[in-house]
Amino acid sequence: MTTALILIPLVGALLVWLAPIPEVVRRWFGLDTGLLAFVVMCGLIGAFAGAAYGFDFASEEIQYETQWSWFDDLGISFHVGLFGFSLWLIGLTIVVGTAAIAYGIWAGRERPRAYYGLMLFLVGSLVGVFSSQDLLVFYAFFEAMLIPIYVLVGVWGGPGRVKATITFVIYTMAGSLLMLAAVVAFGVTQGTFDLLDAGTSDNTLVMLGFLAAFAVKAPLLPFHGWLRSAYTESTHEVAALLSGVVSKAAVYGMIWIVLRHFPEPVADLRGFVLVVASLTLVYGSVLAFRQPDARGVIAYSSMGQMGLITLGVFAANDLGLDGAVLHSVSHGLVSAALFLLAAMIERRTGTGELAALGGMARGRPALATLVMVVGMFTLAVPGSSNFAGEFAILAGAFDRGWGYAAVGALAIVLAALYALRLISALLHRERGSAGRGDGGDLSWSEIGLVAPLVALLVALSVWPAGISGNSFPGDRPQETIEAVEP
Amino acid sequence: MIVAATISTPKVDWLALSPVLALLVASCLCLLSSVLVPRAAVRGVVGLYAIAGFVASGVLAGALYERSPEAKLLIAESMTRDRIAALTQIILAVVGVAATLVALNDRRSSNVGEFFALLTVAAAGMAFFVTAENLMTLFLGLEWFSIALYILTAMEMNRRRSLEAGLKYLIVGSFGSAILLFGCALTYGATGELGFNAIRIATGADDPLFVTGLAMILAGLAFKVSAAPFHMWTPDVYEGAPTSVTAFMSAATKLVAIVVTYRVLVVAFPEQAEIWSVAVAILACASLAIGNIAALAQRNVKRMLAYSSVSHAGFLLIAVAANSEKGLSSLLFYLIPYAAGSLGAFAVVAARERELGGREVTLDSLAGLGWERPVHGVAMWAFMLSFAGLPLTGGFFAKFYVFSAAFDAGMWWLVVVGAVATAVSLYYYFAIVRSLYLRSSAASGEVAVAGGSPPADEPLTAAILLCAVVTIGSFFAVGPLVDLATKAASGLF
Repeated sequence: MTTALILIPLVGALLVWLAPIPEVVRRWFGLDTGLLAFVVMCGLIGAFAGAAYGFDFASEEIQYETQWSWFDDLGISFHVGLFGFSLWLIGLTIVVGTAAIAYGIWAGRERPRAYYGLMLFLVGSLVGVFSSQDLLVFYAFFEAMLIPIYVLVGVWGGPGRVKATITFVIYTMAGSLLMLAAVVAFGVTQGTFDLLDAGTSDNTLVMLGFLAAFAVKAPLLPFHGWLRSAYTESTHEVAALLSGVVSKAAVYGMIWIVLRHFPEPVADLRGFVLVVASLTLVYGSVLAFRQPDARGVIAYSSMGQMGLITLGVFAANDLGLDGAVLHSVSHGLVSAALFLLAAMIERRTGTGELAALGGMARGRPALATLVMVVGMFTLAVPGSSNFAGEFAILAGAFDRGWGYAAVGALAIVLAALYALRLISALLHRERGSAGRGDGGDLSWSEIGLVAPLVALLVALSVWPAGISGNSFPGDRPQETIEAVEP
Repeated sequence: MIVAATISTPKVDWLALSPVLALLVASCLCLLSSVLVPRAAVRGVVGLYAIAGFVASGVLAGALYERSPEAKLLIAESMTRDRIAALTQIILAVVGVAATLVALNDRRSSNVGEFFALLTVAAAGMAFFVTAENLMTLFLGLEWFSIALYILTAMEMNRRRSLEAGLKYLIVGSFGSAILLFGCALTYGATGELGFNAIRIATGADDPLFVTGLAMILAGLAFKVSAAPFHMWTPDVYEGAPTSVTAFMSAATKLVAIVVTYRVLVVAFPEQAEIWSVAVAILACASLAIGNIAALAQRNVKRMLAYSSVSHAGFLLIAVAANSEKGLSSLLFYLIPYAAGSLGAFAVVAARERELGGREVTLDSLAGLGWERPVHGVAMWAFMLSFAGLPLTGGFFAKFYVFSAAFDAGMWWLVVVGAVATAVSLYYYFAIVRSLYLRSSAASGEVAVAGGSPPADEPLTAAILLCAVVTIGSFFAVGPLVDLATKAASGLF
C-alpha cells in the first residue's frame, strides 16, 4: 500500500510527461495533460483514503510495510512503511499537492507536460521521504526532491529565478553532502542502514551532519539565505508546496533519524538547538513583519513557524512531539492556502507589493472572508488548529525550561502583528494604487481551490486530537531519549 | 614425424585470450574491408564488424567471468585469467559498442575503415592490458593501446586542433610511458624479477631502488588515469580529439588504467602498502582539488568534462587508497556508471557538434537544448546527476560505496575531501543542466537548434539511450552489479 502511494504519482509523472493523448480522447473527454495529472492526484487521494481507513492508529507497529532487497552487501533495502505521524504528513503532501496542481491547471502553465510531470514527481518523492524506513531510501528521496524543484523554480519562476535556483541548490546540497557523510558514517558503523533495525549512536559529529541538512531544509536561523528568493521567485503553487510540504521533510528527518538514533548527542546539544529554534522563530517573525510584499510575509512567517516546530521536536516529550506533528500539518495547510490566495490577489492587481495594495475587501466578500479566515489561523486565534499545535509545543518546551516557552509565547504576539498587518494591508485601509484591479470577487472555481484547505483546517480545529493523539502511539521517538535521561 | 613428436607445444588457454583475439579479428576485417568493399558501403560494413567484434569480445569475457572463479596464471606467468580482468573486459566491450555507435555517422569521408580498425585494436590492447601479470606485458599492453589512441586523436588531419592534440598526447604520453618503463627497470634491478607475484616474494622492502621503482610505476600509470598532477594532457587532448574518440578514450582508458594500477599495487607491492596508500591518497586529493576547481572556469563543454574526468580519477583513487576487497569492489562498480556517464556525455556533445556544423560546443551553444531535443536533454541531465552523485543515478551508489570503503579503511578524511569536492562539482554540473533547460536558445545568439526534426542519427541516439539506461539502471540494479564486482574482487584478497 505504501509502495502504491509512492508509485502512483511517480508512474503518473512518467505518464503525464510521455504518454501521447489521442486526439479522440482529447476531444471527447476534454482530457488534456493538466487534467490527467489531476486525475492521477485523485487516484492518489483515493489510495490514501483507503490506507487511512485501514490504518490501526492504536498499533505501535509499522503498517503497510514493504521491504525489498536492494544492496545487501551494505545492509540497504528498499524499506517503506507507515507510522501514525508519517500518515499525517503524507496526507498533507497529497492535499497540498492536489491543490497546487489544481491551481496550476486553473492558471495555465507553459509546457504542461513537463510542469505537471515534475509536480507529480515532487509529490511522489515527498511521499517517499515520509514513508522511508531505510536511511538510503530516505536520502534518495530527499535528494530526488531537488530535481523537480530545481526545474520548477528555474524554468517557470519569476525574473530572478536563475539566481534563486542557484542559491537554493548550493544551500541544499551543502547540507545534503554533510548528511551523506553522516549517512555513510552511521550506516557503516551500525552495519545496517535500516532505520528500524539500527541502534543508537553517540557520535555528535554524525548527528550534526544530519542536523545540518535538516536545518537547511526547514530552514533554521543561519541557513535561511535561500528562503526568500526561492519562495518568491517560484510560481505560487510551487511556493505552496515548498513552504507547506517540502520543509516538513526536515521535520520527519529530525524526529525519525536525529531523535531516535542520537539520544546522547541530542541530550547534550538540546539547549543549543532549542536556542537556535527560538531565535529562528523570533527572527523569522520579525522579518515577516517587515516584508514589503505579501509573499515575503508568508515566506518568513513560514520560517518562523518552522522554528516553532523545531522547538517542539527538540523538546522531545509527548506534548512537544504531538504538537510538532499537528502544527506541521496545520501550518502546511495554512501556508499553502496563503500562497494560493496571494496568487489570486496578484492575478487581479499584478503586484504583491503591500504599499500598492489595500482596500481589496470592498466588493469582494468571498476573497475577504477567505483571507480573513486563513489569516486568523496564521495568528493562531484560540480555538484554531494552529493554536492547539502551538499550545502543545509551548507546553512541551516549558518542560525543558520556561525561557523557551516565554520566547514561544512572544512569537505568538509577533505572529499576530504580521498576520494583522498583512490582512489590513491587503483588505482594508484606503484603496492602494493597484487596489482597484480588474476582476471582482473570487470566482467559484477559485473558491473551490482554497475552500477545501480551509475546510480541513476547520475540521482540524474542531478535533486536533485526531492528529496529536494518533501520531506516536508507542512513544517511539521519545523512548530512546528517555533511556539516556530519565 | 619423430621431430614433431619431440616438440612440446605449450598449452594455450584460448578462452582467456579470446576477448583480445575477437577484437583483433574485427580489426583485421575492418582493414580488409576498407580495401575490398565498395566505397559507398564501407561505413556500414566496417561498423558492423566493429560492433560484432565488441559484442563477441563481451560475450567471451562473460564466459570467462563465469568460468574463472579462481585466478590462474598463463603463459609463463605473464598473464592472468581472473574475474577482475573479465569484468573489465565486459565493461570495455559495452563501452566499445557505444563508442562505435557514436562514431558511425561522424562526418569523416575518408579513412573510415582505418578508424574502426584502430578503435578495435586499441580496445584489444586494453583488453590485453588488464590481464597483465608481469612488467613486460604491462608495458606492452600500455603501448599497444596508447599508440592506437595517438593516431585516433590525430585522425582528423585537416583540423589543426586534432593534429595538435595528437602531438601533445604523443609527447606527454611517451613521457609517461618512459617513466613507467624506467620504474619497471628499477624494480627489476632491485628484485631481479618481472612477474608481479615474484616481485612480491622477492621484496627487499626498504631498498631505495625498489621504492623509487614503485613510485615511477605509479606515476606512469597515473598519466593514463589522468590523475593530477599527471593530468596536463587531458583537457587539450579531450578537446582536440574527434569527439567520438574522446568519448571512447575518457571511458575506456581510465577504466583499464585504474584497474591495472590496483592490480600492480596490490599484487606486486603489498608490503609497501603503507607507503603507496598514502601516495595514492595524496594523488586523489590533488586530482579532486585540481579537477574540480579547474572545471569551474571552463566554458567549453569538452574541456569541462575533461577536468571532470580528472576529478573522477580522484574518486577512483580513493577506492585504490582504501586497499581492501571492498575498495576494489567499489572501484569496479564505480567504473560502470562512470563509463556510461562519460561516454554518454561526450556522445551528446558529439550530437550537438554535428548540429552546429563542427563548431565547438560551449555552455552557450547548449542553451535550450533540453527543450529542443528531449532525449538528449534528459539523458545529459541524467549523466550530470550521475557525475554529481545524486540519487536516481548509479553515480550516487558509486560515490556512496567508495566513501563507505574508505570509511571502513579508516580514511574518514578522504571521505570529507570527497564530499567537499562533490559540493564544488555541483556548480559546473548544474551549469550544464542550467544551459539545457533554464536558458533559451534565442538568448544565446548562437544559431538556433535546427528546429523541427534534426538530421536523423539513430546510431548516436541509440548510444546515448544505452548510456542513459546503464546510468539510471545501475541505481536500481545496484545489488546484482555489486555482486559481480564483489565476486571479482574477492579473488585478489
